[in-house]
Amino acid sequence: MSDQKKYMASNKTYWKNIAQLDPSNETVQKLEHNEFVSKLPEDFLSDEKTLEESSTSRRDFLKYVGFSTAAATLAACEGPVIKSVPYVVQPERIRPGIANYYATSIADGFDFGSILIKTREGRPIKVESNPEAPTMGIANARVHASVLSLYDTLRLQGPLANGEDISWDDFYLQVGAMLKALAATNKEILLITPTLPSPTTQKIIGDFIAAYPNIRPLTYDAISCDAALNAYEAYYGKRALADYDFSKAKAIVSVDADFLGDWQGGGYAKGYAHAKTPRGVAGKAAMSKHFHFESNLSLTGANADYRMPCTPADQKNILAYFYDRLVLGSAGQLAEGLKPMADQALAALTNAGADGVIVSGIEDDTAQAVILALNTQLKSKAFQPESPKLIRQGEAKAVQQALESITSGTVSGLITVGVNPVFTTPNGKALAEAIQNLEFSLSFTSKLDETAAASRFVAATPHYLESWGDYQFKSGHFALAQPTIRPLFDTQQFQDVLLRLAGQNTKYYDEIKNHWNESILDGSSWSKALHDGYFSIEAEQLEPINPDLTTLDTTDLKTASTSGMSLVLYSKTGMGDGQQANNPWLQEFPDPITRVSWDNYLTISMTDAKALGLTNTNTSNGALNGSYAAVSVQGKTLKVPVVVQPGQAQGTVGLAFGYGPRMGLKKEMQTGVNAYELYHNFERIQEVTLKSDSGEHEFACVQLHNTLMGRGDIVKETTLEIFNTQDKKYWNPTPQVSKNHIEFDVTSPEVDMWEEFDRSIGHHFNLSIDLNACTGCGACVVACHAENNVPVVGKREVRRSRDMHWLRIDRYYSSATSFEGDNQTKEEISGIGDSLNTFGEMEQAAANPQVAFQPVMCQHCNHAPCETVCPVAASSHGRQGQNHMAYNRCVGTRYCANNCPYKVRRFNWFLYNKNDEFDYHMNNDLGRMVLNPDVVVRSRGVMEKCSLCIQMTQKTILDAKLKGEEIKDGTFQTACSNACTTGAMVFGDLNDKKSKVAALHEGDRMYHLLEHVGTKPNVMYQVKVRNTDDKV
Amino acid sequence: MDFIKHLFQLYKSKDQFKFVLPALILSIGFLFPSGAFAQEDAAVQAGKKLFNANCAACHKLNKRAVGPALQGVSAKYDREWLYSWIKNSTAMVKSGDAQAVAIYEEYNGSVMTSFPQLSNEDIDNIIAYTDYTPPAPVAAAATAGAVATQSAGSSLSNTIIIGALALVFLILIIMLFLVQKTLLRIAAASGVDIQPEPKIKRTPIWVSFAQNQFLIIVTVVLLLLSSAYFVYGYFMQVGVDQGYMPVQPIHYSHKIHAGANQIECKYCHSSARVSKHSGIPSLNVCMNCHRNIAEYNGEEDLENGYTKDFYTKEIKKLYAAVGWDETNQSYTGETQPVKWVRIHNLPDFVYFNHAQHVEVGEIACQKCHGPVEEMEIMYQYSPLTMGWCINCHRETNVKVESNEYYAKIHEALSKKYGVEKLTVAQMGGLECGKCHY
Repeated sequence: MSDQKKYMASNKTYWKNIAQLDPSNETVQKLEHNEFVSKLPEDFLSDEKTLEESSTSRRDFLKYVGFSTAAATLAACEGPVIKSVPYVVQPERIRPGIANYYATSIADGFDFGSILIKTREGRPIKVESNPEAPTMGIANARVHASVLSLYDTLRLQGPLANGEDISWDDFYLQVGAMLKALAATNKEILLITPTLPSPTTQKIIGDFIAAYPNIRPLTYDAISCDAALNAYEAYYGKRALADYDFSKAKAIVSVDADFLGDWQGGGYAKGYAHAKTPRGVAGKAAMSKHFHFESNLSLTGANADYRMPCTPADQKNILAYFYDRLVLGSAGQLAEGLKPMADQALAALTNAGADGVIVSGIEDDTAQAVILALNTQLKSKAFQPESPKLIRQGEAKAVQQALESITSGTVSGLITVGVNPVFTTPNGKALAEAIQNLEFSLSFTSKLDETAAASRFVAATPHYLESWGDYQFKSGHFALAQPTIRPLFDTQQFQDVLLRLAGQNTKYYDEIKNHWNESILDGSSWSKALHDGYFSIEAEQLEPINPDLTTLDTTDLKTASTSGMSLVLYSKTGMGDGQQANNPWLQEFPDPITRVSWDNYLTISMTDAKALGLTNTNTSNGALNGSYAAVSVQGKTLKVPVVVQPGQAQGTVGLAFGYGPRMGLKKEMQTGVNAYELYHNFERIQEVTLKSDSGEHEFACVQLHNTLMGRGDIVKETTLEIFNTQDKKYWNPTPQVSKNHIEFDVTSPEVDMWEEFDRSIGHHFNLSIDLNACTGCGACVVACHAENNVPVVGKREVRRSRDMHWLRIDRYYSSATSFEGDNQTKEEISGIGDSLNTFGEMEQAAANPQVAFQPVMCQHCNHAPCETVCPVAASSHGRQGQNHMAYNRCVGTRYCANNCPYKVRRFNWFLYNKNDEFDYHMNNDLGRMVLNPDVVVRSRGVMEKCSLCIQMTQKTILDAKLKGEEIKDGTFQTACSNACTTGAMVFGDLNDKKSKVAALHEGDRMYHLLEHVGTKPNVMYQVKVRNTDDKV
Repeated sequence: MDFIKHLFQLYKSKDQFKFVLPALILSIGFLFPSGAFAQEDAAVQAGKKLFNANCAACHKLNKRAVGPALQGVSAKYDREWLYSWIKNSTAMVKSGDAQAVAIYEEYNGSVMTSFPQLSNEDIDNIIAYTDYTPPAPVAAAATAGAVATQSAGSSLSNTIIIGALALVFLILIIMLFLVQKTLLRIAAASGVDIQPEPKIKRTPIWVSFAQNQFLIIVTVVLLLLSSAYFVYGYFMQVGVDQGYMPVQPIHYSHKIHAGANQIECKYCHSSARVSKHSGIPSLNVCMNCHRNIAEYNGEEDLENGYTKDFYTKEIKKLYAAVGWDETNQSYTGETQPVKWVRIHNLPDFVYFNHAQHVEVGEIACQKCHGPVEEMEIMYQYSPLTMGWCINCHRETNVKVESNEYYAKIHEALSKKYGVEKLTVAQMGGLECGKCHY
């Protein structure tokens, strides 16, 4: 008190601001007594009355929270009540837990093939190749993925009229009336179908046209094969394609024919790989030699022994040169830059004689005629024009005219069947408007696509796995399709609708059966044909109707030249013509060449990219970014992201079909740009102008390092010459390690740190991967997805390197012109400065690199580094050689992934099923129907990886036990080895000394990946042998 | 001795027992109904045997089944006609016999099996059986009151017995009290002074306990240990549903099917032979038998309310589900799949295959599923925990005999381990990946 007085007496006044000194300031005076100037609003929280009246107090609230938490916890301890509903009448063939296989066929206008469908409890879950089918018994990545398209939630669920749902009865009433009215006034209706090599369907269409003569049928291939069809038709009198058997070829020259991809319908990989693998006695092994001229780096080009990037005009010149030299016998003319390689190819062809074959994908009638002439001249055994393929029949010019007549309004009606010209032609918008103005338009489709949306009537068609069908893939080679599930939606097949509209009372199935019994089977059993899925007859051998191929006018080819840039449109391995763009497996499937998923992009050569200022960069977490280019073709400009592509011919850029935002796609699948907008006149090659555009595109690329840096022991390769003349130790040495200053083979037990398991008893599974036979096609990748319930994680997560593929196919480019060159460069590095510089340079791929593919999955090491570091022993080893992963035991430390030298373990960063953040097939009931019930769906926070399909090996063993018999070689399979039609992947029991895999294990070409680490894997590779002329 | 005498006197004096005893005797009497069947003649007995063997699959005595009811059939048809009909009905229909064609058409053209092996005498016996009306049971002659007691008989007598016993105990307690009182009085009378012992002041036990630190520590440790034991036990049983016995939409008794009727497990659960699932049989499998078995006629368990009526009602539920029209003996096509409650639920991450165990290993179903043939209501017998699986794999020998698959492997492995017989574990049955993928 006294202190205070003392201070007061000093007469000092402390103040906070100058306003305080003014006694008349009301605000300041108020603040002397109150905290706030103005009174707080009464209902700041609530007025007292409300608070008192409220029945819920704060304590009550806490009580409720507490109670509900406790209740939820307790409830979680109780197991849920699970209901089981058995059949009322169980179908005889369905036994829960047992898979049934059906032979059927796919023919969607782009992909064709005889396949097997695995069904469980009546739902198709996997596609497999039909190995017994004599033709097209090969399923590619897209066909493997097609089973998921069956469970697409965006499929049409019933017919529509003017955009409204309608019953089929009303549909028939209205469509029938309109057709009759149009027929009465004889107004023309176009019927546009894709290639339908179906004998019965052609008969039904014929009958339909007989009933409505004003209908004109047309065949339309979204990606045309017109030139080859025209050339064949001109010389053999049938609109078809010559077939090739590459297994009979010793010299293959391809001028822009991506025959391992989708060239002329594909399906050639098996024969090619057979000839590409060195065979024969030691020292005299032989294999085919493959020369390739192309603009984009294709799958086929990547597999070639010699590859030359050149522009489309150069390719034409080369073909003309070949024609001059081989057919006319004249000297010919060719630019200096092209001549050496062309001459080399020519020499190989001449040497091989009848064992040589030449193919081309150039969309030019003369060029395709030249191919016929050259192969005829060579008397090529691989060239089989006498029994042609019928899987491409599109008439580009007629379709072009027809579409123009729709736009100009000279036709009155349009029926489209499974084609979407509004999306797949450049003038889609105008076409859509024109279709809307037609008197009559009907679209048969399984998706509400652009054409269907413009049409007045939409007939919902079933998926091919719900349909009947018959096909003739190749002259004399027939195939049958049968439903493997009841139609999921209210859909009807195109053929059934036509039959009913034509007033016939039969179904497509009856028609097929009748037609086959009458004209095809010739007394053979229908049931057997249906069971097998295929039927072959001796077809007539086609003879050329115009055998003179020596008078071709090749002036156009010779004089072809380009001044500007050429755009080369192509179809990607994963997407094809884009029919299955809503399939998450295919979207996430990394392109074998660029390794980019979820996108299409402009591939451009390094030189051109530099000149235009286009770059690819890697962000801090490694993810790939690319600049945008403005791509203009005939006045139409697209903004396309750029991937700088080693091996791309200078002066050319590539762009893939099938992508781009459109109807019938989920938001996540709306990726890339629509290349069809630039596909004028069905010409794959377009003149293009390029400019750099603003912005940066984020890619989801799964491989961020493209070269091997001279580490030749990862992809071991040699040349045929060395392979034949040198000892194994020279070209496939076993790595050495030193112990007590003595060198030992790393495989020797002397240097083992672990006790060896005894694996001599029972089965010991091994997988062999032949790098010669592997074309990188990726069928195994999708098959693995389907078999093992591998989740789809989406673009954002792939970009973060969180892709879940159990099996990846690494693609490496050489930094020098060959991988051997890389090895030498690395050897010659001396000193730290040099190593820094040179290694930096070696990260860049060459302008025309050698390419190698290497499928990598869990190597199932006998001395697995992952097993020793797992703190909970979730990863353990089985006696049968498989490295087991117990998901329920895994706590997600990820030590194993960090300790894995092969980087094959995948971590579930999120819950990928029943999670709206990952709205792919596992997020809806329909999509989940594709899941394999024998394999668990992993949850968040656990590690997963390849199991060597233990569910399949265990099933094989159980079947043998039930039958009480020994297991024969070839019975053991994994999803990937089963999907591998080239024979690159061989799976089997090493303890069965007579097995194929045991022989491969003892072979000279066998090596293990990173063998020097001493992991002793159960997956082995076979050294890649190139048929190039490099000697020791 | 005195006590027994006393009790006897008590028994004599109380009159409750007068009611109890006759009631007991009465109910015992009903358990053994009068020997009416003893008087049946041999023909009826033989006929019954033949009827059950040959006719019962399609005919019932007093109800239409696949074929007509047969009671009193001899009155409808001529005896000679019946002989030839039973021996070869098809021929009779073909010959155009009016009666034969009429019955053939009435039953929608379903052909009656021919029984050429039956002699006329056999047929006579069968007819005798179908004509035979068992004499009315003696019980029916008893008074109405007695019939009423019969239905409630057993439960009533139980209550009475328990009531009587309770009374006896009450009386005993009162007696003891009286005896003590009497003794005290005698003591007082004889001048014996009974003093209650004087209470010594002691420290209460809980206070001394609280003061002893050692004891407290030991107790706390024991408490902690035992609570840890129970907490661990509690957590370990989370998700273990041993004894899970849910109420099913149809009261299906394995006891009747697998127990009383000795139906092989795999007759209904046939996919256990070939598949990973044992499978809940589809309803058409039930109808293989229940087309003809529309009523339950077996033993009853009255205590639990499983009367014949109860079971018959459950069969009707099956008919409703499968869409079986009993009167027309045909399917209506209106089905209502049964939603059973699944009892054995393995987690998704476990792969279990029935065929492997049942067919290859020849393990009896009961090994895991318990005495199913005694289960009125199905329940989960085994814990289905991993430890339980593993234990069995350690103990069970692999059945390798006459299985070509095992021949080589077994020879090599048994040599390696130096044993005659290999356990599943030695064959690799403990590896994680064998069941988890």
